[in-house]
Amino acid sequence: MAAKTPSPEVRAPGAPLPDTVNPLPRKGFMGWLNKRMPVDEFIANQLTGYYAPKNFNIWYFFGSLALLVLVMQLLTGIFLTMFYKPGELTSFDSVEFIMREVNSGWLIRYLHSTGASAFFIVVYLHMFRALLYGSYKAPRELLWILGMVVYLALMAEAFMGYVLPWGNMSFWGAQVIVNLFGTIPAIGPPLVEWIRGDYGIADATLNRFFSLHVVAIPLALLLLVMLHLVALRRTGSNNPDGIEIKEKLGADGKPLDGIPFHPYYTVKDVVGVGVFLMLFSIIVFFVPTLGGLFLEGPNFEPANPMSTPEHIAPVWYFTPFYAILRAVPDQRTGALLMGIAVLSFLLLPWLDRSPVKSMRYRGPISRIMLALFAVSFVALGYLGLQPAEGLYVILARIFSVIYFAYFWLMPIYSRPSVDPVKAVPERVVFNAH
Amino acid sequence: MAENVVVADDGVDQSRRKFLTNATIATGAVGAVFVAVPFVESWAPSERARALGAPTEVDVSKIDPGQMTIATWRRQPIYIVRRTPDMVQHLEGHDGDLKDPKSDSSDQPDYAKNILRARNAEYLVLIGTCTHLGCLPKQRFAAGELGPSWPGGFFCPCHGSRFDLAGRVFNGSPASVNLRVPRYEYPNDKLLRVGADEKGVA
Repeated sequence: MAAKTPSPEVRAPGAPLPDTVNPLPRKGFMGWLNKRMPVDEFIANQLTGYYAPKNFNIWYFFGSLALLVLVMQLLTGIFLTMFYKPGELTSFDSVEFIMREVNSGWLIRYLHSTGASAFFIVVYLHMFRALLYGSYKAPRELLWILGMVVYLALMAEAFMGYVLPWGNMSFWGAQVIVNLFGTIPAIGPPLVEWIRGDYGIADATLNRFFSLHVVAIPLALLLLVMLHLVALRRTGSNNPDGIEIKEKLGADGKPLDGIPFHPYYTVKDVVGVGVFLMLFSIIVFFVPTLGGLFLEGPNFEPANPMSTPEHIAPVWYFTPFYAILRAVPDQRTGALLMGIAVLSFLLLPWLDRSPVKSMRYRGPISRIMLALFAVSFVALGYLGLQPAEGLYVILARIFSVIYFAYFWLMPIYSRPSVDPVKAVPERVVFNAH
Repeated sequence: MAENVVVADDGVDQSRRKFLTNATIATGAVGAVFVAVPFVESWAPSERARALGAPTEVDVSKIDPGQMTIATWRRQPIYIVRRTPDMVQHLEGHDGDLKDPKSDSSDQPDYAKNILRARNAEYLVLIGTCTHLGCLPKQRFAAGELGPSWPGGFFCPCHGSRFDLAGRVFNGSPASVNLRVPRYEYPNDKLLRVGADEKGVA
C-alpha cells in the first residue's frame, strides 16, 4: 500500500468508517453499542490511532496530571458544596464545621485546597515545557492561546475559591484584587461597585463568587480544556526536538517517529499519576498548609472589614504578578504592568522569530534568557510573599525588568542572525531503553 | 443517485437571501443585548444594600483632641480625627513632599478641597481605605514617628503608602491620590452626618 496523505474521506454524516480503517469486532454488546454510538471509532481515532512522538520525556507528564487534578477538584468541590453555606454569617462557620464535624470533611477540604496549589504547580511546569521546546510556535499558536485562556480561567477560579472560606485573608485579598479594576480610567469606580454588588466586599460579593466558582467557571474550564485537546488533535504534540513527526511518514502512512497514544502513553502517564499522588498525599496528610504557603495563617480568623492583616499576600501562585504590581510606585502603571505580565504569554508565538522550536537547537542567548526568565519568575514569587519594603522592592524591580525583557526583547534575540541556531536533525533523537 | 440530488440553481436570489440572513442575525443580536440587561443589572447594589448605605451620624464632641474614632458608612471605615492646633500646624511646610498637595486630582467635595481637606480645621473626616488597593492605613500621628521629617499622619501596612494628617499622599507611595473625603455636614455643633450635605444624600 502506498503512503497516502490523510485525505478527508467523503462520508455521510455519522456513517461508520469503512472496515479497513476500523476493523473492530461488531458482535455482542459492543456491536450493539457501536451501531448506535461511535465508541470504538472514537477510541480508534483518538487513542489507539492517535500517534504521539516517541521521544517524550519527563516534561510531558504535566498535561495529563493537570487533567487529573481538574477531575479531583471537581469531585472534592462537589462534596464540599454539600456542606458549605455561602454567606457573610455562615461561610466561616460552615468551613469550620467541615473541618471539625463532617466525617472525613477535613480530608476532603485539604484535598481541595492542596489540589488548588497542585493545579498551578503542574500548569506552570506544563507552560515551562512549552517555552523550553517551542510548543507555542506555528502551527500550535491556537493550542497555546487556548491553554493560556484555561490558565486565566484557572486564576479566576482560584481567586474566587479563596474568598469562600471568608477568613480575614479571603476578605482583604478580595478587597485588593477587586480594587485593581478601580484603576481602569473612567469606568473603574462604578465597575468595582458593580462587581461587589455593595459599597464594600459583602454578602452579595461572596454569593456571586460562590456561583461563579462552583458553576460558571468550572463549566467554562471543561469546555476550554476540551477545545485545547481538540486543537491538539489537529496539530499533534510537539516534542523535545521540536520536529514535526507528520513530515516523516512510513509506508503505512503512520509517522515513523510516532507511537499510538494508547497503550504507550496512557501507561506512561499512569506512572506519572502514581508519583504525583505520592507527593500529593504527603502534603495532604502531613503539611496541608505547607507553612502558610498553601493556606495562609490569617485565613483562620473570620473576615473583619475593620482590621487589615499586618501583611497581605496572595497565595503563592499569584505572587510573581503581585510582586510586579508592588514594584511600581504608581498604582495605575503597576496594575497595567501586572496585566501585561500575564497577557505577554499570549503573544509568544509572534514574539519568537527563531526558525527552530526546541532549545536543544537554539543558541546560547535564547537559553540564557529562558533560564533568567525562570529564575526571575521564581524570585518574584518569593518577593511577592515578602513585605514591600527596602531591598525587597529593589530586587522586585530588577526581576520585573528581566521578566519583561524575556518577552519584549525576544523579537531581537531570537533571530538566527543574533543567536545562531544549530542544524535540526531529520528524525527525532531517541535512544531505546 | 442522480435522481435524488436537489439542484441548487433553481432561481435563488442570493442577494435577497443574504440580506434576510444578515437582518435575522442583527435582530437576534439586538435581542441578546436586551436579554443581557436584567442579568447585568442584578449585579448592581440591591435595594437593601442601598438602604443600608444611608447617612451615618456621629457625635464628634466625644472625641478627645488628638484622637481618632472610626465610624462605618457604606461598609467603609470613616476616620474622624479631632486635630489639635499643633497637628493642624504640621500640615504646612511639606507640600514639596506630596504628590497632590492641592488635591487637584483627588476625590473630595469642594468644601474639602483645601489644605485642611475639611470643612473645619478641627475635624478631619476621611474614608479610611487606602486609595492604592483598599487596605486600612494605620495611625502614625506623632511627629517624627516614621523618620525625622515625619509630620504625623497615616501609614498603610499593605504596600507602604504614607499620608499626612489631611490624608494627602507622600511621594514614593504606591497610592497616587489623597485619601478620599466623603460628603458630610454638621447639622449642629456636636453632630457629624456622613453621606449627606447641602446637595442632598450621596
